[in-house]
Amino acid sequence: MNTLLRMLKGLHPDVDFETCETLIDDKILDSFDIITLVADINSEFDVTIPAEEIIPENFNSARALYALIERLSNED
Amino acid sequence: MYRNILEYLEQTVRRVPDKAAYADERTSITFREVYDQSRAIGTYLYKQGIYKQPVVVFMKRQPKTIAAFFGVVYGGSFYVPIDEEMPHFRVELIFNNLDPRAVICDQDSLDSLAQYGYRGIVYLYDDIIKTEADDALLSDIRDRAIDTDPVYIVYTSGSTGIPKGIVGSHRAVIDYIESLSEVLEFSEDTIFGSQSPLYFDACLREIFGTAKFGAQTYLIPRSLFMFPLKLVEFLNEYKINTICWVVPALTMISSFKVLDKVVPQYLHTIAFVSEVFPIKQFNIWRKALPNARFVNLYGPTEATGICCYYKVDRDFAENEVLPIGRPLRNTEIILLDENNRIPPRGELGEICIRGTCLTHGYYNDMERTREVFVQNPLNDKYPELIYRTGDLGRINERGELIFVSRKDFQIKHMGHRIELGEIEANVNLIEGVHSACCVYDRESAMIALYYVGELSPGDVAAILKQKLPRYMMPNIIEALDRMPLTTNGKIDRAYLKEYTENKRKRR
Repeated sequence: MNTLLRMLKGLHPDVDFETCETLIDDKILDSFDIITLVADINSEFDVTIPAEEIIPENFNSARALYALIERLSNED
Repeated sequence: MYRNILEYLEQTVRRVPDKAAYADERTSITFREVYDQSRAIGTYLYKQGIYKQPVVVFMKRQPKTIAAFFGVVYGGSFYVPIDEEMPHFRVELIFNNLDPRAVICDQDSLDSLAQYGYRGIVYLYDDIIKTEADDALLSDIRDRAIDTDPVYIVYTSGSTGIPKGIVGSHRAVIDYIESLSEVLEFSEDTIFGSQSPLYFDACLREIFGTAKFGAQTYLIPRSLFMFPLKLVEFLNEYKINTICWVVPALTMISSFKVLDKVVPQYLHTIAFVSEVFPIKQFNIWRKALPNARFVNLYGPTEATGICCYYKVDRDFAENEVLPIGRPLRNTEIILLDENNRIPPRGELGEICIRGTCLTHGYYNDMERTREVFVQNPLNDKYPELIYRTGDLGRINERGELIFVSRKDFQIKHMGHRIELGEIEANVNLIEGVHSACCVYDRESAMIALYYVGELSPGDVAAILKQKLPRYMMPNIIEALDRMPLTTNGKIDRAYLKEYTENKRKRR
């Protein structure tokens, strides 16, 4: 989780990712961030996020995104 | 022969009045509604004494906003699209440059208008469309109109930190729509999926292409461009067959392998602009849609929109680049070297544009206009303007134009044209920042900002978000103890670029 938080902080140093639950709804993350995150998650966690998982629900909070990473790495 | 863009709408409303012209997920507006409402708005504005001046349309991206654009033009004025998504500081600068007397709002945007310090008149869209259209008055306004009168002003990034308002005329828009529609073969069956915000010139082709042909435009929700699978499903749901998108919107779909799962089955015309399409991604698209027409478009806002095109007619290997091809009809591209001469074929020159497609230049800024809209140096016999794009190009062995690079610090990032100088100018305005430098790492498509000052990167980011549009926000913000300087005492950009590259490689 800390790795992911560091990654997010790198994109938006001014956002509190531990509490924010509306990263998509409040337009904090944009399409560039999503692309960067998917690539970085791939290299840091060795997890490929498939297109059908790139949906708002999975990116609205650090917690949701981390849950997705855990789920995908358990599937492998 | 068209003289006024309203003729497009008038011709179409007679043919297909009840067809939905512009739509989004929730609402739509027919050609008759656009026609009736815009004539009401035009009548109202003129009777209020608003004539031949900029009228700000401060409404969100939705179908009726487009009717407001037409309405301003019916009144003999020109529209300036502004959107709540634009950052506060930028809107203030635009209001400063424009000094408008009138703004059209809707109920939603009315409240936020107050914070920009605007003191002029505000008209509510839903009120003024109730005006009864005055036929005699509207036809009198039209009789006095000239095809070089402005239609709109759109704002782009300026290197001094002050956005530039580009003034487009009827004649230039008509020239653009007529020529581009030949290339992309727009028709009444065209269903556009519009990606761009309404405050960019990019939406002109959809707005006026739709009006001319009785076609249809869907305004695709911006949020879908984060979620590629949903985006393709949207294209299929609304049977979208024609798109003119920035390259990153297309590569996002292909790089996430969405096309393996679902193909945009109605899409037959795929045009792309703004930057070089990586061939690896391009080939994925071409394989998924082998029968579609792929067209590379190129052109600056200063020349109304698009001035060059290349219809992809052969295979490309990954180390090749797609040409930008040849000029649209009625436009000439001139390459000029440092001595204002045409370079030998195959050699580098600045891409300069000659033709009716030229806009009038920058609003309320003669000085910056004269720097780039200049007398054609190949002609010393009579006045003739060309626009100097600042882009470098060359002609390949097939006679096609190739875009090579920018001359200055302007970059293309996520489909947007950005002056790194504008970001720096804004950072330098922040209290507690002593110096700043932005570099662009093309490989990773990241804007890196380095600064010296007392503030933390988080503070700088928070302040910048108030000032810059989202797409101009640096992706890396780092505080330095001191700024690296060249022997001449200038900030050492080359060093910072290399530093950014090394940082990327270490990641």
